[in-house]
Amino acid sequence: MKSTILKTASSYLLPILLLFSVFILLRGHYYPGGGFVGGLVAAIAFVLHSFTHGTENTLKLLRTHPGSLIPVGLGLSTLSMLAPLFSDLPVMTGLWFEEPVPVIGMIGSALFFDLGVYFLVVGIVLTILFTISVYSE
Amino acid sequence: MIDNTIIYPVVAQLVTAIILLFFWGKSYPQRFISILGSLVVLLMSITLFSKVWSGNILIMESANWKPPFGIVFVADVFSSTMVLITSIVAFAVSIYSSVGIGNARQRFGYFPLFHFLMMGLNGAFLTGDIFNLYVFFEVIIISSFVLMTLGGRKTQLEGAVKYMAMNILASTIFLTGIGILYGITGTLNMADLAVKVPLVENRNIIDITAIFFLVGFGIKSAVFPLYYWLPSSYHTPPSAVAAVFGGLLTKVGVYAILRIFTLIFVPNEFMKIVLTVLSVMTIISGGFGALIKRDVRRIFSYLIVCHIGFMIGGIALFTPIALSGVLFYLIHDILVKTNIFLISGLIRNMKGNLNTLKAGGLYARYPKISLVMALVFFSLVGVPPLSGFWPKIYLFEAGFTTHNYFFIAALIIGSFLTLYIMARLWSDVFWKNPSEGDDSLIDHFKDYSRWKQALLVIPICLLAIATLYVGLAAENIVVVVKHIAAEMIDTSPYIDAVLGNK
Amino acid sequence: MELLLILLIGILYASGIYLLLRRSMVKVLLGIMLMSNGANILIFLLGRITKGKPPVIDEASKIFTDIYADPIPQALILTAIVIGFGLQSFAIVLLKRVYSIINSDDLDDLNTPEEEDI
Repeated sequence: MKSTILKTASSYLLPILLLFSVFILLRGHYYPGGGFVGGLVAAIAFVLHSFTHGTENTLKLLRTHPGSLIPVGLGLSTLSMLAPLFSDLPVMTGLWFEEPVPVIGMIGSALFFDLGVYFLVVGIVLTILFTISVYSE
Repeated sequence: MIDNTIIYPVVAQLVTAIILLFFWGKSYPQRFISILGSLVVLLMSITLFSKVWSGNILIMESANWKPPFGIVFVADVFSSTMVLITSIVAFAVSIYSSVGIGNARQRFGYFPLFHFLMMGLNGAFLTGDIFNLYVFFEVIIISSFVLMTLGGRKTQLEGAVKYMAMNILASTIFLTGIGILYGITGTLNMADLAVKVPLVENRNIIDITAIFFLVGFGIKSAVFPLYYWLPSSYHTPPSAVAAVFGGLLTKVGVYAILRIFTLIFVPNEFMKIVLTVLSVMTIISGGFGALIKRDVRRIFSYLIVCHIGFMIGGIALFTPIALSGVLFYLIHDILVKTNIFLISGLIRNMKGNLNTLKAGGLYARYPKISLVMALVFFSLVGVPPLSGFWPKIYLFEAGFTTHNYFFIAALIIGSFLTLYIMARLWSDVFWKNPSEGDDSLIDHFKDYSRWKQALLVIPICLLAIATLYVGLAAENIVVVVKHIAAEMIDTSPYIDAVLGNK
Repeated sequence: MELLLILLIGILYASGIYLLLRRSMVKVLLGIMLMSNGANILIFLLGRITKGKPPVIDEASKIFTDIYADPIPQALILTAIVIGFGLQSFAIVLLKRVYSIINSDDLDDLNTPEEEDI
């Protein structure tokens, strides 16, 4: 796409959208939002960048192939799912730290699960879309 | 009893798959991790089975939510037996895959997907929540889609389109059924549904919902009017993949039918007639379909359809004896069907071709391996005292006591067709003199190193030994299947264990 | 509202099945998509519609005091949408591959005869 307005806007939109996606991720436990939606927003930020700057430049910006985020995300989610086993509770039971952390709020295994989902969604969506776009070019 | 052991076979497969993802593209370490992971899962399933067999039904409330509100995992004897058989098959196939699957496919994620598929299967067997069953079904079909298309040969893609369309349709129908069921009863827990569904006054809507489930699972397990996707897709992927598909994916549909129709929708007279007609037609169409095919794997694909009919017919009779027969057949069928597809891969390696008209002379060249194969084929046909024989006795007995002569006739026709097809296949592939001067017949197997040959033959022998055990030590299996059949007729232990009534 | 949704579900299922019976692969895919959307709305409808009462608890109170919407159908639909997204994106890529290899959109061209297949 050749639109100058979109091109200029997208380079500013990328960090803002990424920040917004982290915001959605963090508020997800008690309010609408969460890892899946946050991950989609982050993926859309990169897709917008790839629209204007080309897929190769976005891949350069990411440094690694988005596919490598998939095992990281899956592993993080699985570990947070299995954490309660060590204290003899059923799988997926929410474990929480006693004290809230400033800015983020309460930290528990659910947050890490969401974080894993976030990485997983970013990885999968970008892999799918980049595969299709590279394939059609 | 609440116990975390239940979830281990599912989690261990998931963890194996994730570790394999970190080794993306490196086929050599992946083989070891895959075999090791399958072995660990096998040990876990043996532990789970022995725990369930010695004690009572185990449950695990995920996230500590009490049923019927949370998702609950339940291991009764039926589930844990299925998990055990699945793990044996998974172990054998993961050994076979290390040589039987090409390097290119291994680099593009064959092993992680295989373990995701196994995770889905174990989860589907162990879950006690109907929507969770749907989710695990989706895990199974999406990994099977990728396994089916991996490699991208033209025939593979053609088969995958049909497979994909029919399976997504089945899932949609299944989801519709779940939606209606939730609208009627307001619960998704299977034990809670078993309590609430019989209390619904409007029986017609329950019957219609049952039909939704029957159609959904019927497509997945390839029952008569909806089976045609199976023979047009199962011959396309590599043999190790086809072995898992043929051995386990259709059987998970049969498992779901057994679970749903014994626990939630107990068949009434109308449903029994529908199931009988479906089973008879499935047996006949599968048997005659196999008769006209000339490709080894196409023949086996039709035989899967034919033998699914035996199990559906047993469910239609719905007596303890018939259900024991169905369960015995299910155990036998998983082991044998997986094995015959592995054997088809070996034949392909030995001949470079799977067309029965061009093949021949295998017995002269590999007499010992051929004898193992013959043993498996005899089990499939049901020659006494091998494993295929015992369940048929139960099915015949139940058919005579309920005077269901149509089903008995179909059973006899199906058995004879299987016998004829396997005898013809044996004489074509093993005894016939090979046709001279055909360049397409190349023996790859001969050129393999000793080690590679062993890796191809050992899993076949392993499954053959398991089949032999099922056949020769049938009295042990009979005790298990009678126990399961009793639990299916009287479901109160399951319901009490899940809902915590004492 | 209910009547509108019932009509919508009927239309989605009917058009989905009609498209599934066509021979074009793309239309089959569209049919599958319409049917899965129909199933999602069906769950939404059968989970009883409660207007403007989200199942989110007020910070001051400990328990619900009012009638509230059932959150389970929403969770089910969300799961089904995510799964549908995965299946459909795979299906699109697959159909694209098939089209580039076979050069046809017709399902009848997807039959390599037994003799040519080794």
